[in-house]
Amino acid sequence: MDLYVVQFLTGLANAASLFLVASGLSLIFGVTRIVNFAHGAFYMLGAYIAYSLTVRWQTPLGFWAALLVASAAVAVVGVIIETLLLRRIYNAPELLQLLATFGITLIAEDAVRLIWGPEDLVGPRAAGLSGAVSILGNAMPIYDFVLILLGPLVFGLLWLLLHRSRWGLLVRAATQDRDMVNALGVNQKWLFTGVFALGVFLAAFGGGLQIPRDAVTHFMDLSIITEVFVIVVIGGLGSIGGAFLAAIIVSQLNAFGILILPGISLVLMFAVMAVVLVLRPWGLLGKQVVRSRIAALPDVGAWKPFDRTGRLAVSLAVFLAVLLPFLLGDYGISVASEVMIAIIFAISLQFLMSVGGLDSFGHAANLGLGAYGAALCVQYFGMSMELAMLTGPLIAAAFAVVAGWFCVRLSNIYFAMLTLAYAQILWSIVFQWVDLTGGDNGIVGVWPSEWAASPNAYYWLTTACAVGVVLAIRYLTFSPFGYSLRALRDSPMRSATIGISQRHIQHVAFVISAFFAGLAGVLFAFQKGSIFPDALGISTSVDGLIMVLLGGFNTVSGSVVGAVVYKVSSIWLMSNTDFPRLILGSVIVVLVVLFPQGIVGTSQRLLETWRTRRRLGEANVGAPAQKGGVA
Amino acid sequence: MKTLIRATGLILAIASAGTSWAADIKIGEINSYSSLPAFTEPYKKGWEMAVEEINAAGGIKGQKLVVVSKDDGGKPGDALTAANELVSKEGVVMVTGSFFSNVGLAVADFAKQKKVFYLAAEPLTDALVWSKGNDYTFRLRPSNYVQASMLAQEAAKLPAKRWATIAPNYEYGQSAVAVFKELLQKARPDVEFVAEQWPPQGKIDAGSVAQAIEAAKPEAILNVTFGADLVKLVREGTTRELFKDRSVVSFLTGEPEYLDPLQADAPVGWIVTGYPWSSIDTADHKKFLDAYMARYKDYPRLGSVVGYSLIKSAAAILERSKSTQVDDLITAAKGVTFDTPFGPASFRAADHQSTLGAFVGKTAVKDGKGVMVDFKYQSGSDFLPSEAEAAKLRP
Repeated sequence: MDLYVVQFLTGLANAASLFLVASGLSLIFGVTRIVNFAHGAFYMLGAYIAYSLTVRWQTPLGFWAALLVASAAVAVVGVIIETLLLRRIYNAPELLQLLATFGITLIAEDAVRLIWGPEDLVGPRAAGLSGAVSILGNAMPIYDFVLILLGPLVFGLLWLLLHRSRWGLLVRAATQDRDMVNALGVNQKWLFTGVFALGVFLAAFGGGLQIPRDAVTHFMDLSIITEVFVIVVIGGLGSIGGAFLAAIIVSQLNAFGILILPGISLVLMFAVMAVVLVLRPWGLLGKQVVRSRIAALPDVGAWKPFDRTGRLAVSLAVFLAVLLPFLLGDYGISVASEVMIAIIFAISLQFLMSVGGLDSFGHAANLGLGAYGAALCVQYFGMSMELAMLTGPLIAAAFAVVAGWFCVRLSNIYFAMLTLAYAQILWSIVFQWVDLTGGDNGIVGVWPSEWAASPNAYYWLTTACAVGVVLAIRYLTFSPFGYSLRALRDSPMRSATIGISQRHIQHVAFVISAFFAGLAGVLFAFQKGSIFPDALGISTSVDGLIMVLLGGFNTVSGSVVGAVVYKVSSIWLMSNTDFPRLILGSVIVVLVVLFPQGIVGTSQRLLETWRTRRRLGEANVGAPAQKGGVA
Repeated sequence: MKTLIRATGLILAIASAGTSWAADIKIGEINSYSSLPAFTEPYKKGWEMAVEEINAAGGIKGQKLVVVSKDDGGKPGDALTAANELVSKEGVVMVTGSFFSNVGLAVADFAKQKKVFYLAAEPLTDALVWSKGNDYTFRLRPSNYVQASMLAQEAAKLPAKRWATIAPNYEYGQSAVAVFKELLQKARPDVEFVAEQWPPQGKIDAGSVAQAIEAAKPEAILNVTFGADLVKLVREGTTRELFKDRSVVSFLTGEPEYLDPLQADAPVGWIVTGYPWSSIDTADHKKFLDAYMARYKDYPRLGSVVGYSLIKSAAAILERSKSTQVDDLITAAKGVTFDTPFGPASFRAADHQSTLGAFVGKTAVKDGKGVMVDFKYQSGSDFLPSEAEAAKLRP
């Protein structure tokens, strides 16, 4: 009995620190709709600055002062980033902010390493609170009780701020309908900045609170960011109360879960999220997210297939790609194969995101299933590469049939999070089922057939696949099926009226996308000769998102360019610089500002403007500019 | 005319520079520099010092040793891209390095496929030289099995019968626990394991884990967590009196990389493997320590020793080899002895594992810092299975 009491209290203490970080993320998302990937970076920055201050101010008052000063300092950094960077891109596709904040995260990871050095830092315990008290004969840290009290205290303060102040009223109004708030004459800019600052402050404070319990490391950002996303989604986006409830549920399930199943921590949180989302599509206490009316209107016009010039240009590019082995050496050609595989992966995600309007955060699941499907077939059945190239994608598609049935019932960010849960659950199965998959040690010895073994032959194989997949996806996009999919994306209600079955069409799209991503996975496995669980990890999914966003979210196949740019630059930076993250992050931030619609999207728009101007100049008539164009 | 002479001179200079490069011996090195700087920065300092020492002493058979180093970002896939660059573009004669077990296994399989010599530095997994061993792969560091058997030997001397285990939930943690259990129960059939916890690597919920272990009332605990997880476990466990009156046996905790961040919080009396750099009293180590301190104004970590010994062993192989052809390198590597700060070691012919050992001792706190006391150096050769037995473990 006493064990359960102590375990319950420990769970509450963990819930408090999770809640602090999650509430900030929830606030920011609720009002600005930013999927703030950098929230973990602010948490980490808060911990680092708090570390530097707490080692200097080792008094009971000094500890808390250090936390507040550190959090305020990080909040200032947040304000600078919001005003200088995010404010420029509020009108871009919503997920572009994810890309920008991802860039900031990369920069932050290398920056803390440069400033504070590579080693893990362990700060002092909170002065005056370092001891333990006895609870039913078990020693329990006093600091945990502070956390247990702090959670509800912060919750209460936030509630008061949101419900008893004019500013809070505006924040709540903006969470519900930010365009209406804007129409009523409220200066959105400062409201957004204020909310962002508050959210960042809470994240940094949460980071500082870990000083007496945890080591400060340069990867603590990534270990917290997924957890708090999950908490926020379980609780319901934008709902502070929901975040509080979800933090308690997850922490308690974990505290008691490990008594029964000691290895459960890895999968528990995502399993809970999947169950909650299936049963309550908007989280425990959340409401349906109202899409911003402004952002919801894509002003790109309808896509058109390539005209003759476009087709000629594409043929030329393919022709040059085929000739590449005569220009590059073995190494260059294997990098080129990797780029081709990235193209297949990116375009399969783009089909789901840009055409289907379904933002997947778990696309790595499909790549990984394809790769593992093929590798296991090779390992256990001695299957040939040719056959495995078919079974791998089919396995990915088969899983997608089941997962997709659940996922397409949700929309927007909830769809994204359920796909994330899908990928994470698969990842933990692959990671833990050592007998079948080799766990972390992966599967090795998956090499291509004799005829494809040379770098050049393998490159031509990947190129053929990439060209085929891109053509297939473009064909699908401009087929009646593609039109239905786009109709559902642009206006679900009107589509329903004319008899398009949303779930059926989107489910099929989900499976098609998984099939092609699975093919990318197979090619990846055979190129590397091996496959490891990180292929299913979050960073692979993020890579996919980046390539799509970098290429152009509102384009049919801009991700091809995104994949080339991202893959080539990340491989080059990794090989040639000591701080690849810092540079890659900066490049991403600059690209986001220069090309708010992605490289292809923005270039197209500039070209369109130029053409319109020229036409107007020539004809000298005010004919309305034709929107859209080849994508 | 003058321009022509200058141009010719320039071309000749370039050509001769080209030939002098070709005379260098280039070896490739890959490690997780950007993702694991706490280990890889001292490691890099270690191998850079070794390269300089070797070249100052006349290089290898009169040729200058050049190391081309690449980052793998902690991912097996990226490590293979780097390995490919080193082999195809840089033309290195061998690939060395890596930290993570999965990266090591990926590069080892690459080496087998492309017939390249691979000298693994740090990966601990037993599979690298046993179940997935291949002709082209050698490994420097004492493996998981060696660390486990050193600790099991000490653990068997303890009176404790009821044991609990805490290990990160992936292959390393799982195999460390499995080998330790097997060896301890072989030495002490009366031992039973009463509780186990498998926190996710990097995300331990230390309070709950400590409490769950406490509830089983074990007499001794085996810990395999390291890094930030270890910090959390030590802090929560100490405050919650988990370690009070209990013996703790812990993998790698005596390595400066993991012990130093803990400072005054370092646990006392844990039986650990590690590297007590400040109190090793051998001539070999003293020479290394002095040179390192003079060069970097910093003390060495275990990573420094690994990096330094890695290049020393690579040089010994190259020195002994008839040519830089892979078959000659393999022949030369079998049984070759090389100097390390821990004394001479060699690569076993049967399983390609080096006999480099580790220090086993107890942790203590001295002047607000964690240190190792009562330690002794254990050579890997005393703990590895015999070469005949080891050969049977390979495919």
